[in-house]
Amino acid sequence: MNQPLTLTAAQKAGPKATVTALGLALAVLVAMPLLHLLPAEHALHVSAYTLTLVGKILCYAIVALALDLVWGYAGLLSLGHGLFFALGGYAMGMYLMRQSAGDGLPAFMSFLAWNELPWYWYGTSSFLWAMCLVVLVPGVLAFVFGFFAFRSRIKGVYFSIMTQALTFAGMLLFFRNETGFGGNNGFTDFKTILGFSISAPATRATLFLATVALLAGSLYLGFRLARSKFGRVLTALRDAENRLMFCGYDPRGYKLFIWTLSAVLCGLAGALYVPQVGIINPSEMAPTQSIEAAVWVALGGRSTLIGPLLGAGLVNGMKSWFTVALPEYWLFALGALFIVVTLYLPKGVIGLIKRRGE
Amino acid sequence: MNTALHRLLLLLLLVLPWAAQAGDAADYAKASPAKQARLLESWAAAPAPERLPLIEALRANRVAIDQNKTPFIEENGAYRALEGDAEPVGTPKKLRLNNRLRGLLNTALASHQLFAEDPAQRLAAAKRLQRSGQPEQLELLQQRLDAEDDAAVSEALTLALANLQLTASDPAVRLAAVRLLGETGAPMARVRLENLLADEAETDANVRKAAETSLAQAKRKLLIGELLGQAFSGLSLGSILLLAALGLAITFGLLGVINMAHGEMLMLGAYTTYMVQVLMARLAPEALAFYPLVALPVAFFVTAAIGMALERTVIRHLYGRPLETLLATWGISLILIQLVRVLFGAQNVEVANPGWLSGGLQVLPNLVLPYNRMVIIGFALFVVLLTWLLLNKTRLGLNVRAVTQNRNMAACCGVPTGRIDMMAFGLGSGIAGLGGVALSQIGNVGPDLGQSYIIDSFLVVVLGGVGQLAGSIFAAFGLGIANKILEPQIGAVLGKILILALIILFIQKRPQGLFALKGRVID
Amino acid sequence: MKRRPLIKTTLAASALMLSGLFPFTLQAAETIKVGILHSLSGTMAISETSLKDMALMTIDEINAKGGVLGKQLEPVVVDPASNWPLFAEKGRQLLTQDKVAVTFGCWTSVSRKSVLPVYEELNGLLFYPVQYEGEELSPNVFYTGAAPNQQAIPAVEYLMSEDGGSAERFFLLGTDYVYPRTTNKILRAFLISKGVPESSIEEVYTPFGHSDYQTIVANIKKFAAGGKTAVVSTINGDSNVPFYKELANQGLDATDVPVVAFSVGEEELRGIDTKPLVGHLAAWNYFQSVENPVNEAFVSKWKAYAKAQNLPGADKAVTNDPMEATYVGIHMWAQAVEKAGSTEVDKVRDALAGQTFKAPSGYTLTMDEKNHHLHKPVMIGEVQEDGQFSVVWETESPVRAQPWSPYIPGNDKKPDYAVKSN
Repeated sequence: MNQPLTLTAAQKAGPKATVTALGLALAVLVAMPLLHLLPAEHALHVSAYTLTLVGKILCYAIVALALDLVWGYAGLLSLGHGLFFALGGYAMGMYLMRQSAGDGLPAFMSFLAWNELPWYWYGTSSFLWAMCLVVLVPGVLAFVFGFFAFRSRIKGVYFSIMTQALTFAGMLLFFRNETGFGGNNGFTDFKTILGFSISAPATRATLFLATVALLAGSLYLGFRLARSKFGRVLTALRDAENRLMFCGYDPRGYKLFIWTLSAVLCGLAGALYVPQVGIINPSEMAPTQSIEAAVWVALGGRSTLIGPLLGAGLVNGMKSWFTVALPEYWLFALGALFIVVTLYLPKGVIGLIKRRGE
Repeated sequence: MNTALHRLLLLLLLVLPWAAQAGDAADYAKASPAKQARLLESWAAAPAPERLPLIEALRANRVAIDQNKTPFIEENGAYRALEGDAEPVGTPKKLRLNNRLRGLLNTALASHQLFAEDPAQRLAAAKRLQRSGQPEQLELLQQRLDAEDDAAVSEALTLALANLQLTASDPAVRLAAVRLLGETGAPMARVRLENLLADEAETDANVRKAAETSLAQAKRKLLIGELLGQAFSGLSLGSILLLAALGLAITFGLLGVINMAHGEMLMLGAYTTYMVQVLMARLAPEALAFYPLVALPVAFFVTAAIGMALERTVIRHLYGRPLETLLATWGISLILIQLVRVLFGAQNVEVANPGWLSGGLQVLPNLVLPYNRMVIIGFALFVVLLTWLLLNKTRLGLNVRAVTQNRNMAACCGVPTGRIDMMAFGLGSGIAGLGGVALSQIGNVGPDLGQSYIIDSFLVVVLGGVGQLAGSIFAAFGLGIANKILEPQIGAVLGKILILALIILFIQKRPQGLFALKGRVID
Repeated sequence: MKRRPLIKTTLAASALMLSGLFPFTLQAAETIKVGILHSLSGTMAISETSLKDMALMTIDEINAKGGVLGKQLEPVVVDPASNWPLFAEKGRQLLTQDKVAVTFGCWTSVSRKSVLPVYEELNGLLFYPVQYEGEELSPNVFYTGAAPNQQAIPAVEYLMSEDGGSAERFFLLGTDYVYPRTTNKILRAFLISKGVPESSIEEVYTPFGHSDYQTIVANIKKFAAGGKTAVVSTINGDSNVPFYKELANQGLDATDVPVVAFSVGEEELRGIDTKPLVGHLAAWNYFQSVENPVNEAFVSKWKAYAKAQNLPGADKAVTNDPMEATYVGIHMWAQAVEKAGSTEVDKVRDALAGQTFKAPSGYTLTMDEKNHHLHKPVMIGEVQEDGQFSVVWETESPVRAQPWSPYIPGNDKKPDYAVKSN
């Protein structure tokens, strides 16, 4: 498997089919928020429930895509992507908390009897600075962690467990009330974003559209990267790092770039996730959340870019459905699904679709 | 009802309160809690041998009163009057105890036991009074000390007395008491000496000076106890981490399966212990105390069998695709957790420490080593030895090592790799089951038990170096001890965060863990 | 969507067919939907599963008596899987898709905080049955658990009393999250107001799922050498077993250092061998061992229900405080609906004010006219060998809740009635 699967899939099925399918999906996603703006009685009205549910899944899909970039293409299995996602979410949450607190302190702080903002909260009332934080915090953390990890040539399972330790430490840190991020309750009860009410249909629709745009943009970026020379070097790196080094490449820069990019994408997804679901708290950093993200990717089909999106959609869709339909037995269904997919669909769901195509 | 009987009852009702008033039991039964406390205090200061059965019955919470507040003692469901030979009117109700009364009862009981025949009982009583002696008991203690002929009891009594003599009017007595306290190393002695020195409570210069020396001495002794305690708790935590991780060191370390269901094997081991306990309580209650020993082989075989079944049906198909084992074993783990939840309920189940695993050994006045932890440390070393023997001294072990080092070569030499994989996975799961038995003795047994150990287990194996048993042992004890050194300094939460950060830094230095596989293989 | 989907759908389908065939059989099938939002999987399943079962039992009980407004109640059970964002999603689903009249649910504060904006936005009604840290008062929530002044403060007052052992030193031990931190903050302020010096109060926290209490128990011993000490424990669920085991094995019993816990009830004790724990305390508003006819009926009904439904561990089924709060909450809601003559949230909210119910705790509980909390009696129970509690102290009458604790600065300015936060 020297070439990413989608490329071969696309070549075989012809670019037309792929583009048509993607275009169709995009059209549906763009139409949804617009239909949400229709009055509730209208037959085609999309409810707030559906919109936020799909919006949430789209955010997860971006995480899956970002994880696929590092795992599928560079062979780095991160079990800590939940940390970057949550950090982006927290940065956005800080802004939203400041918005709802007005001139005062966020509610949980006055409750801790803090009289002034800690230094890391400065400037978070400005949307622009919050957006900078969304990109910078996960980006810088990933850069520093990656810089040292790749310099020491930490690979494979060692890398995975290190990222897991990182997100676990982050979770414990954010659990503390004293850290200044609302403890395990995290941030909730957001009111407005840029002055618009957060529960207004128009705001919801805009946020949803932004998520769709980010997803489409990331997908496009992913495709471009995968087709470029950079993407080929990454794949080579994944399959035979030593041989690549003997050819005179230094893998560190490649790894570091894709790793940081992936973390930033996660951060952005987190930032869009928070206003849509209305809560951010440390459980997003729980190691199991990150493992689940890896499960989405594996389920959909690793190193295919499209596959992880399907995987995230499928798993979360099923979760939403099973938890209502079979509240006590849904874990059996989900567990069985994971086993069946690994045993019979080694290339994930996308592999199945591809086989059908042939 | 017969009128004659009626009359008799009426008469009894009238007479009973009078008949009972004479005794301590009746006084106690009628008193309010505050009065009961005062009664107990007076009994502690002036013990009377005939009162001992009453105090013992009260302490064991076996005293009940009927409608007339006549006290009875409950024995195997029957009631016997404590004083006189009255029959209970109505169903007697147990007298209520609270912690204050329990404490006073302990002191009163100790006072009475100072008169016991058995020196061991007197010694225990004297030791109890070292902690809870009251100023009113000063005279009693002095008197018992003069009458005591056993050396050990005398020593204990002298010390109990010394605690009370710090306020004596004679400076010489105070001086002797202060000196004695310095030698004990009991946490109470330190506080008493500090109180003596604070606020100029002690006026005599000589006594002050002696108190200062004694205080320093007591502090030194306490420090030794504290340090030993920290070392022990580090070892204990290390042994628990090791037991939790050892199975994973085989399934993940040797076989390369990213076994997310490892935690559930621990959980199943613990639930097997629970089942064994329940079955033995029903079938062989006389041997119940040894249920953990019975549970060991049972848990080993149950989890090994489940492990082998999983290997045959699922994991076998995934060799050579290590990262996908993550996905499948994650699914298995979800199913096992929910299965246990449906079968046993979401709540924890009760796994009790048997008598020989409860309580602890008092080594120093401020150091108790719990038996269950000591046994677990020994057990961890035993399991390590067992694993080492299995892997290095048996044919199976040879084959396992051959297969894990070079599967194709081993297959060429006629090693049945499929069977070996199954056996090795079974062994790893079985050892996890053994770990589960040990964990059930210190923590809770619930469906989520495995989830709380899985991350630590992976950290131990990875830190030690994948595929290196010795590495896992070093990593487990290293993490345990580091954790226990950090915890008293910065608290449990920050300690844990710092440990994680240190692991990340450490791996930068040694990217293959503590014990890296040496070799020239390169892909 | 429903409890027994297959049976229910078959029933519903046949009802539909029948009503099609015989148009005269009038809307006998019309029901009032009631949402149940408790985690059945994940870390909180340990506590919340029994609340779901209790809610179903109570609904059966009401239905057996003819339902509410002549209609049967139809429970809609969903599983938010101990996942906080999922709580918000499921809450929205219950309100907009299933159109439930009321929801009973949540255990952790974070789950309540997660659904709160949804219930305020859509004007839903949520009954929350668990003791919590206060600092909240939403018009869309009714709190049937205890506020800190209905649990924590009376417990500490008891410890300071003669019968409680006249404790002078307090070791506040908790899991590091919002409820213990806030409770301990309130307790610290309270203790200081009672003249306890700062040096006699120690606050220690452990991470979630902490299982190694060796160092902490050693520290308690060291601290206890300084005088009569009590431990106030806000340790969360799973960590309690290792804590109590360590306590017993290190030889620290209740006569030396009593531990009063706010999160340990009958259900938690089922997983612990209680023989070494006799004398340790818990503060709640209800214990299974309370003796009165209402409670006897309640306990036997629950045991029969557990057996009939074949719940796991049914032979050892126990009731506890949050289960009682669930039971009381559902009945009060049903009464309020009857009074209002409608399930409309605004009418029911008004009807709930001042509503009373004869509760298993032995008291007639009143829903406060203004602050959405119950007036509750406070009881201190002592652990017994059989895993039950015996009540050693209780308040003379139910206590009014103070969701905004006066011991937290700034709370004096908060209104004592529910206002929407936006």
